Amino acid sequence: MEEERLALPARLWLALILPFRVLFDAALAARIEGLDRPPSPSLPAPAPEPARQEVKAEVVEGPPEPTPALQLLAILQREGRFVDFLQEDMSGFADADIGAAARVVHEGCTRGLKDVLELAAIRTEAEGAAVELAAGYDATRTRVTGNVTGEPPFRGTLAHHGWRVESIRLPALSEGHDPLIIAPAEVEL
Amino acid sequence: MTFTVGIDLGTTNCALSYAGDDQAAPVALPIPQVVAPGEVAERTLMPSFLYVPAEAQFPPGSLALSWYPNARDVVGVLARSQGASTPGRLVSSAKSWLSYAGVDRRGEILPWEAPEGVPRLSPLEATARYLGHLRAAWEHAHPDHPLAEQDVVLTVPASFDAVARELTQEAALLAGFDEPPRLLEEPQAAMYAWLSERGDGWRDEVEVGDVILVVDIGGGTTDFSLIAVREDEGVLQLERVAVGDHILLGGDNMDLALAHTVRMHLEAEGTTLDDWQLRGLTHGCRTAKEALLSEDAPASHPLAIASRGSRLVGGTLRTELRREQLEAVLLDGFFPEVEVSARPAAPRRMGLTTLGLPYPADAGITRHLAAFLGRSAPVGDERSFVHPTAVLFNGGVTRSPLVRERIVGILGQWLEAEGGAAPKVLTGIDAELAVSHGAAYYARARRDGGVRIRGGTAQAYYVGIERNELAVPGIPPRVDAVCVAPFGMEEGSEVVLPQAFGLVVGEPVSFRFFGSSSRRDDAVGSATPPGPLTELAPIETTLEGPPGQVVHVRVHARVTEVGTLELSAVEAGAERRWKLSFDVRGQE
Repeated sequence: MEEERLALPARLWLALILPFRVLFDAALAARIEGLDRPPSPSLPAPAPEPARQEVKAEVVEGPPEPTPALQLLAILQREGRFVDFLQEDMSGFADADIGAAARVVHEGCTRGLKDVLELAAIRTEAEGAAVELAAGYDATRTRVTGNVTGEPPFRGTLAHHGWRVESIRLPALSEGHDPLIIAPAEVEL
Repeated sequence: MTFTVGIDLGTTNCALSYAGDDQAAPVALPIPQVVAPGEVAERTLMPSFLYVPAEAQFPPGSLALSWYPNARDVVGVLARSQGASTPGRLVSSAKSWLSYAGVDRRGEILPWEAPEGVPRLSPLEATARYLGHLRAAWEHAHPDHPLAEQDVVLTVPASFDAVARELTQEAALLAGFDEPPRLLEEPQAAMYAWLSERGDGWRDEVEVGDVILVVDIGGGTTDFSLIAVREDEGVLQLERVAVGDHILLGGDNMDLALAHTVRMHLEAEGTTLDDWQLRGLTHGCRTAKEALLSEDAPASHPLAIASRGSRLVGGTLRTELRREQLEAVLLDGFFPEVEVSARPAAPRRMGLTTLGLPYPADAGITRHLAAFLGRSAPVGDERSFVHPTAVLFNGGVTRSPLVRERIVGILGQWLEAEGGAAPKVLTGIDAELAVSHGAAYYARARRDGGVRIRGGTAQAYYVGIERNELAVPGIPPRVDAVCVAPFGMEEGSEVVLPQAFGLVVGEPVSFRFFGSSSRRDDAVGSATPPGPLTELAPIETTLEGPPGQVVHVRVHARVTEVGTLELSAVEAGAERRWKLSFDVRGQE
């Protein structure tokens, strides 16, 4: 790989400011000091945590394909007028009116969601109950907050039981389907 | 490996269940269907609706299924939802039309009252479309097990007469079934589902002498049957002893009745609803009904009716359905507390009626039940009606404990008045999938040997014969109905009418044809006035031969292995045999 080379004016400017930054920025100084040494492959890699072993740490290149997200949005709109609700200006409406609309949204979206995915609580204990997290607990499923010190096991109270999608079945899409159309305009003849 | 497959071809929903070689309980097949333009998803129920879109109403290819790439119409979820806002292009209740003798069932009449220019199809073709979809869904999921090689059982209402049963078979052939599938009555299928659920333990829950009343209240129809528990050489046997009439009343009528009640309240307060809002209200009432009919139900259930435009918060109407409203409309309207001597109001004969499905004039299901039990009582019995000792509920509405309690409570009062004990309730079946599960279980019981419900044909059948008497101008000759096939004929059995007829060869001949589900004691050849019988489609045939010749024939009636009635004319003393077919072009 060809290294990037700096033009002369940039090199002059760098030569001017670098002594001062090396003097005051210890972290930068350490990085510059390492530049002269070849990268050291002999450094032992830190042993991965047992719980993390199953997780595939892949760096996602760019944003994910948007179709499934748009599809879910279309389902929530179709069944429960979700987009209509979010896009509407709520100011000026009484809570009772908003409540009535919320019933439409709640009932329809629950139905729509149930058709495509199955949700379950991650922790089965009641919220507020005392829980203990053993060493090697899965940090993606459980997040600790508050007075986090020392090593697991941690003791605390369950603030939120969490949600996990157990299964997901989005409808298959036909060829030529435009996922950007969340709801077509309707014209009554 | 061969599967046994049960198909519930319902008035409002279809389902398909199957079971393998092991003794595991039947399971439902997820049925792929278009749920929105361009989206295909699987559901265990397929709404029995067919929508015929206008040209370019949906983007090209958006109704396509893997087995129907150039779809011109759509069945299932999308058909139902799209049809709700475009009723002129929606085919619904095809099954009720298929069993209605008042119209030409092979004629292109659906959607009923469709505007000009909408392509139409016949009740037969619509039924074939639903069956064809189910067959394709099966073969999509089981490409190595074509449906033709499985043991398939198709359910029909117990009240379906011989003509409707034959048309159902014909629809199956039209849908690409190689052979007509075996037919099973829906209430019997529900009973089989219960037997499947109980396993061998069912014998501990019923005893000899028990009479089980099956109450099947679906989306669009209500069906009753009585199944007696008997003993044969020390083994408990089940026998279906009576079936009710075809009543076009179900859960959908209840939702609509509730919606109209709420609408009238809103209108009294000065709020009018458009069609779109009324549909939303009907939907809301269904949810409210289920909530208010559950145990520990609240005093009222809120209803929110959204407007059609994108303004949701400003445009949503708020109201509620109160429990006393529900009880007045639903329990008192559909399940009124009546005496066992009560009978449904007779339909009013008006000079001008719009042709359409024969909806009952009386919505009181308990009155229909009283009539059914009353007429099923054996002649000479001191009891005024058949005393059921157990009840099995099936159908969506009966999931509600309040509805079940109401029916059992009324039955209990009737029984108590005649010294009987309150009936027990047989539980444990899935009210939505019991019929298809039961049909798959029955197919396996037939194949592998298991408990079977006996009963034979559910109706007695008659042909109309003109009396040979002096003709009086202006008065049609009187007609006797002569029994050709008695009640309870088993599959594979055949009877011969003792009377011989002279039939003219070479020109079409036609008989009037009648059925009765209440006359269980008429023997072959016995004559009765046709008054109390139900007139079915006429029988017609053309006997080939030299025109003008008269041959003497006897009428044979045979119940086929798959459960249809076959009538034929057999030349006396000769071998010639003509099949007599039903003329389903409809009556004037």
